[in-house]
Amino acid sequence: MSVIDYNKALSSKIKEIKPSGIRKFFDIAGTMEGVISLGVGEPDFSTPWVIRKAAIKTLERKHIIYGPNKGIAPLRKAIRDSIEKKHGVSYDSEDEIIVTVGGSEAIDMAVRGMLDPGDEVLVVEPCFVCYAPLVELAGGVPVSVPTKIENSFKLTVDDLKDKITDKTKLLILPFPNNPTGAVMTKEDLEPIADLIRNTNIMILSDEIYSELTYGRKHFSIISLDGMRERTILVNGFSKAYAMTGWRLGYMAAPRPIVSQLAKIHQYGIMCSPYISQNAAIEALTSCDGEVKRMVDEYDVRRRYLVSEFNRIGLSCFNPEGAFYVFPYIGDTGLSSEEFCERLLYEEKVAAVPGSAFGSSGEGFMRISYAYSLKHLMEAMHRIEKFVERLKEERHES
Amino acid sequence: MKDIIKILQQNARISNRELSEMLGVSPEEAAAEIKRLEDSGVIKGYSVIVDDELYDNSTVYATIELRVTPQRDCGFDDIAKTIMMYDEVESISLMSGAYDLSLEVKGDNLRDVALFVSERLATIDGVLSTATHFILKKYKEKGIFIDGEENDERGLC
Repeated sequence: MSVIDYNKALSSKIKEIKPSGIRKFFDIAGTMEGVISLGVGEPDFSTPWVIRKAAIKTLERKHIIYGPNKGIAPLRKAIRDSIEKKHGVSYDSEDEIIVTVGGSEAIDMAVRGMLDPGDEVLVVEPCFVCYAPLVELAGGVPVSVPTKIENSFKLTVDDLKDKITDKTKLLILPFPNNPTGAVMTKEDLEPIADLIRNTNIMILSDEIYSELTYGRKHFSIISLDGMRERTILVNGFSKAYAMTGWRLGYMAAPRPIVSQLAKIHQYGIMCSPYISQNAAIEALTSCDGEVKRMVDEYDVRRRYLVSEFNRIGLSCFNPEGAFYVFPYIGDTGLSSEEFCERLLYEEKVAAVPGSAFGSSGEGFMRISYAYSLKHLMEAMHRIEKFVERLKEERHES
Repeated sequence: MKDIIKILQQNARISNRELSEMLGVSPEEAAAEIKRLEDSGVIKGYSVIVDDELYDNSTVYATIELRVTPQRDCGFDDIAKTIMMYDEVESISLMSGAYDLSLEVKGDNLRDVALFVSERLATIDGVLSTATHFILKKYKEKGIFIDGEENDERGLC
């Protein structure tokens, strides 16, 4: 019998893609007993009951069909209304919105549909781990645009302008940001819009954490003059409505973009889950109170963690969005990876090294607060013990 | 004030420092707010949730449904205040529906509870009937899981 050479069977492109730095780290944690994790990127809340009830009703009363490629009409209308209400920008629900399998599919679809080989994509870092690999798979070249702690991890024109070349096709704008929790206000976005407006660059604005902001409402770049035309807006239900497992997101973009990108969705996915779509209408139309309740609870945890990290000497910038804090661990003399590895082995707390989110994340670690206060307090006690030990070690040496 | 109560309901033993961090105020302000809530009677006390199967598994709990005749001038208050003075009574509430007072009673054994019902409760003037339900297992109390909490199955992506 001849043996197949899988190495030859696989594409060279896929073999070059690195596995996620988050995964790699947590595979170790999975083999240990008694580990407290601060690693997850999904809410600890249950999906609001009205949404679940709507899903049950769909199962009871409807044929579970494929449904239209771009998503069921009432959901697309609800998405249109929600964008209009929040940002004052209108989209045609018929041909400017696609309901996707999570925000991730929308990102994948956007880069696949926009890029020719060699096209450059500006990836604002630190950021979620999917952008660069998806760009590479689509034949593009990711160009890292690091943001800085001294700018509160906001994107500035200075960060951006030298990175733009005549090959730049797309700017990925991930705010509110995972992992830093940074947000971009109207005033922060205006100079970016001014810069982009005179180019042929499109923006992929990943606003998946848009509902999870503290102190001020999220502002979308689509609201700025001329930017709706240049933006592919990506959002979804996972974070705001605690619906990760329902796999539902959406893209809103100008008609010429959607009409082409829709082919990728049509041939590759066909349509998003029908039960989830029927339930998600309820999320957009009757869950504002539930979202507020979750945001209030996240906010309590956020305040607690920021103060605690600053108190124990890991300076922590005040994040205004998402559900992560991003304390600086560089003063301990350890790298992100060393710090997190020792924290895991010595105190059994699992956090993600900032370096997993791009080289500008080096010196930081990501702490998720999608956990109960009880869980966070226990984790904080362990981290404090660990940091104290590191201080003693430094004094001895 | 809503936040402070919510946090204390999850963990009344939290330190003033931790509490103040969660609320975004100073520890002195948090302490003053607790004192204010205690003084004004909003906070009545602090208790502990115990898993009796691990602590003292001979303890018996029962809920008792009581139908009573309301008294002239004071309705159900008078009889409720009489009943709440017994040490055996953990909680008592006035109910809507098929019965009037709902009690949770604690005893050292089944016989204790049965005797308390038949000799103390049933004999009180105005008590029309009692229905006793022994508690077999507690899963959750005051928002805190006693048994059956699900593991966190969330992945890491």
